[in-house]
Amino acid sequence: MTVRVQTQDFDVGFEINHLRVSRPDVGAVVSFVGQVRDLNDGNTIATLTLEHYPGMTEKSLETIVSQAKSRWNIMDATIIHRVGTLQPLDQIVLVAVSSAHRNEAFSACEFMMDYLKTEAPFWKKEATAEGEQWLEAKETDETARKRWEK
Amino acid sequence: MKIKIFYFARLKETLKFSTEDLELPDETLTILKLKALLAQRSDTWQEMLMGKLKVRGAINHELVDDLATIQDGDEVAFFPPVTGG
Repeated sequence: MTVRVQTQDFDVGFEINHLRVSRPDVGAVVSFVGQVRDLNDGNTIATLTLEHYPGMTEKSLETIVSQAKSRWNIMDATIIHRVGTLQPLDQIVLVAVSSAHRNEAFSACEFMMDYLKTEAPFWKKEATAEGEQWLEAKETDETARKRWEK
Repeated sequence: MKIKIFYFARLKETLKFSTEDLELPDETLTILKLKALLAQRSDTWQEMLMGKLKVRGAINHELVDDLATIQDGDEVAFFPPVTGG
């Protein structure tokens, strides 16, 4: 398991290879990359600043990976989340999962993103021409997480 | 009992507090009780902790609900719903 919270960028190719290379039992790697958009709810974004709760963030991401591991037959997983001030086109988050077959990795990747969005202590503040504002949590993210409770 | 409290994001900014150490009487203290206690400080505290922001609480780095009990030495945190990813 790899869980990292960092200000610097990450190399998706490197991270995927890390899950795959010298692991002939791996048949699938599924990854999700989140990127900063230039438009949010009609506002043009200049920068996006991410705050987090050091200590709790890492623990919460590790719990999410452990939950995915107990639920699906996955081999390994990587979560990298950036904090600090980012700009449109910057990568924010990577969730990558390896497994023998694709179905398990697809499901586990979605599960981890849905939980990350609703349980990991990160907060986004956007800066636009009009000023700065904290983003509101979305009901749709909560709904997305709840589907895994069934 | 002594506890440490952290505030994040909008709470930290509006309350102008990122962390504080509190000494409280040794009685059963839940997250809800602590919120109500802090809310007495001013209208701003009331609005931030008991208003429509849906503040979430954590004890020792675990998300908890309002009825969770706080023990001596605990690290408590209050923050708005999370928005990462």
